[in-house]
Amino acid sequence: MIAHSIFFYTFSIIAIISAIMVTVSKNTVHSVFFLILDFISISCLFIMIGAEFLGMIMLIVYVGAVAVLFLFVVMMLNVAQQKNQWFASEASSKHIPVGLIISTIIFFELIIVIGGWKYKPDLFDINNTTNNFNVSNTHSLGQVLYTDYIHVFQLSGMILLVAMIGAIVLTFRKREGVKKQSYIKQISRERSEGVELLDVKTNKGVKIDD
Amino acid sequence: MTEIGLGHYLTLGAVIFSIGVIGIFLNRKNIIVILMSIELILLAVNINLVAFSIFLGDLTGQVFTLFILTVAAAEAAIGLAIIVVYYRNSGTIRVEEIDQLKG
Repeated sequence: MIAHSIFFYTFSIIAIISAIMVTVSKNTVHSVFFLILDFISISCLFIMIGAEFLGMIMLIVYVGAVAVLFLFVVMMLNVAQQKNQWFASEASSKHIPVGLIISTIIFFELIIVIGGWKYKPDLFDINNTTNNFNVSNTHSLGQVLYTDYIHVFQLSGMILLVAMIGAIVLTFRKREGVKKQSYIKQISRERSEGVELLDVKTNKGVKIDD
Repeated sequence: MTEIGLGHYLTLGAVIFSIGVIGIFLNRKNIIVILMSIELILLAVNINLVAFSIFLGDLTGQVFTLFILTVAAAEAAIGLAIIVVYYRNSGTIRVEEIDQLKG
């Protein structure tokens, strides 16, 4: 049990420090790296608490896809060179005390909710059927996901499809001045517009209008 | 102190959520860091859902964490696409210079 708490405090302190570094880091590339560190430590916590499938999925989806996407965009847009101060000008930093007050209020509200948290007395009697230790976490999650939540699952697939099409449509642009092969034009050519028979007079030649 | 319970995980989620909210307000440099703060907030929600799911013995929390993961990935893709298009059109993504909507 002591090892459990040591691991919990280690990973959670790493997660909190890297979350702070995401927000206050001056270089955006460093922010992305600290975001990756944050995701890795939180997924270690998930694996430690017993949700192995979600920890692995978080590693794959966040670290493998989302963070690398952030990194690509940061490097492509050349914003990593803006090593300015945090606040670009004095005039635009008037909202910061309000933001800090709101964040502190949210934090203390959450802490008060946790402090007043009590289990409902009959909660464990209803719901402890799913906590079966004979099957693995992935197995039991799949048994719930593909039966009870199949409609929501397919809906999330539709969300991913719409997001993919939307991202492609947003960033697609047609470049001017680039010669490309057009299959429609090639196939729809007729003989009458491609070939023309001319009478060539002697010593006159043919004028080709282009 | 040594017994790690539900309250520890909820406190961790609260701290990361608040850091994400602070990051949205604090950062005026570029809008990508604001997107990263939104990812932090969703991560805090995931921590809460998984902690409740484990300690109450109900798998529904983990299922919904999967769905939040899906929505977060889609949101990051769309948001970054919008940022790329905006940078191509106006040449900047500094937060205080994005004022075409007069907001």
